[in-house]
Amino acid sequence: MNRLTWRKMVNAVMSSVTALCALIAVVPLLFVLGLLVVKGTSSLNWAFFTKLPVPVGETGGGIANAIVGSAELLLLAALFGVPLGVAGGIYLSEFGGWGVPFVVRYAADLLVTVPSIVIGIFAYAVVVLPVGHFSALAGGFALGVMLLPIVVTNTEQFLRTVPVWLREGSLALGAGHWKTTMSVVVPAAMQGILTGILLALARVAGETAPLIFTAFNNAYWNRGLNQPVSSLPYMIWIYGISAYDDWHRQAWAAALLLLGLVLVVNVLSRLVLARRMASRRIA
Amino acid sequence: MSATDAARLDVTQNLNPEKAQETAAVPEAGRNQPAVKIKARNVDFFYGPKQVLQGISADIRERRITALIGPSGCGKTTFLRTINRMYETVKNARADGELLLDSESIFDLALPHLRRRVGMVFQKPNPFPKSIFDNVAYGPRVHGLANGARLAELVEQSLRGAALWEEVKDSLHKSAFSLSGGQQQRLSIARALAIDPEVLLLDEPCSALDPISTAKIEELLFAIENRCTLVIVTHNMAQAARVADYTGFFLTGKLVEFNDTKTIFTNPSRKETEDYITGRFG
Ligand SMILES: Nc1ncnc2c1ncn2[C@@H]1O[C@H](COP(=O)(O)OP(=O)(O)O)[C@@H](O)[C@H]1O
Ligand SMILES: [Mg+2]
Repeated sequence: MNRLTWRKMVNAVMSSVTALCALIAVVPLLFVLGLLVVKGTSSLNWAFFTKLPVPVGETGGGIANAIVGSAELLLLAALFGVPLGVAGGIYLSEFGGWGVPFVVRYAADLLVTVPSIVIGIFAYAVVVLPVGHFSALAGGFALGVMLLPIVVTNTEQFLRTVPVWLREGSLALGAGHWKTTMSVVVPAAMQGILTGILLALARVAGETAPLIFTAFNNAYWNRGLNQPVSSLPYMIWIYGISAYDDWHRQAWAAALLLLGLVLVVNVLSRLVLARRMASRRIA
Repeated sequence: MSATDAARLDVTQNLNPEKAQETAAVPEAGRNQPAVKIKARNVDFFYGPKQVLQGISADIRERRITALIGPSGCGKTTFLRTINRMYETVKNARADGELLLDSESIFDLALPHLRRRVGMVFQKPNPFPKSIFDNVAYGPRVHGLANGARLAELVEQSLRGAALWEEVKDSLHKSAFSLSGGQQQRLSIARALAIDPEVLLLDEPCSALDPISTAKIEELLFAIENRCTLVIVTHNMAQAARVADYTGFFLTGKLVEFNDTKTIFTNPSRKETEDYITGRFG
């Protein structure tokens, strides 16, 4: 066998192997998605989106309270995690010297890897215990704590991609460091920062564990930020482990809804990012 | 005629006759030179332990165009960035020696003040991610020079000064990224002009541009010259010959020769200058 044939063969084998691996990697996703579509679609109807749950035994009803509750929790999480996270990212990228940023960055990396149940217990200790009961606020706080390190890291990374010559263009006009950061650097990275926030929200939207000890659950509408609130992941969990067929079907449908929303946010923000990267390369 | 003479003749043809008259028509001794705007004496520059400029001394004349030429890496950019103290963004960078702007040491001036008086245009066009209008208005806003109708007027003047007004007057609120490379570079010039600098430093402003855009920029430099002292780094010898009243030749961190452009191109006193100009190296 001559060398060229040998090389071609190695090439063909290797590319098939890697293609196969890639396929195996996406199979679970496709499988999950397919299963959810098969099992969940039948329960997706108008009542599902607009009605409250009905007592066991009755058929029909919906999960409107969980949908609104999830939105409420994510909004609270964003209110807490986004301003702090963006400010932290700006500090790390633009103002950090050596010592403090190193510690903060390390802490953020660690925080991302902390199991979400631990974050739930933490929020329980600092919010639920002092107040004395579960609440939407506590749940939003727990999700916000999860959001924080992701937003910090992401913001810092996007700010770092802002080219030096753009900063220098502002400095050369006599603008100070702070002015340059806020008027030129942050706007230049804005799209990336926002996309990162959306991706982070999509990630925590499916978290159940931090809500067990914090937002808990609620079979009715949430009646205030200091009251327990239902959410999609919590509802999926409760309905999923229940003994009722109707609840099982609704859990499948809720899971389909959640995954669908997360996928849409993910794909859209990645598209925006990719387009932006491409346009910057041309410019 | 030797090859060297032929090459020299070639560049000499680019010498701008009007420019030549401004400087060389006056007899050598009694020459009525414009005032010194920037005076450098024994300027040394270091990036950490590495010395990049050695004993630079030069008088840069007011409202004239001075070109800096020399091979890559010889310190031209570094010298420009010393004049507006842009080098201070680099860690461990340090400048020594005397560098005066109108007889005041640039090292004593507050940075916003120095950079208001000494503007800079970079090698690569660097519009901000803002509208064309907001790009030009950026400097005046930073320094609180104008707002409202007065600001709009200032923006128009600056865009006219950079020969860009006619092309963008109907799209002032479009993103600056929608402009072509040549337009973006003129926008950078308009942005710099908007704070009415006394000196404008240009670091190879045409190196990324096509010949037509280059010609436009050269033309507008002549127009700006009346209000502003210009220092331009260029790799293009013909460009230096066309636009500059004075030319300085840098080689490995030293200012080998500094004189009026005609002398540099027709009768350089140093062998290295002659070798570079005639294309024997560099
Ligand atoms: N930020 C920096 N850190 C260290 N060395 C640098 C830096 N910038 C430039 N230099 C070095 O300084 C020398 C002069 O560079 P520069 O002024 O850019 O030259 P030119 O503009 O003439 O091409 C080069 O040897 C270059 O490698
Ligand atoms: Mg250079």
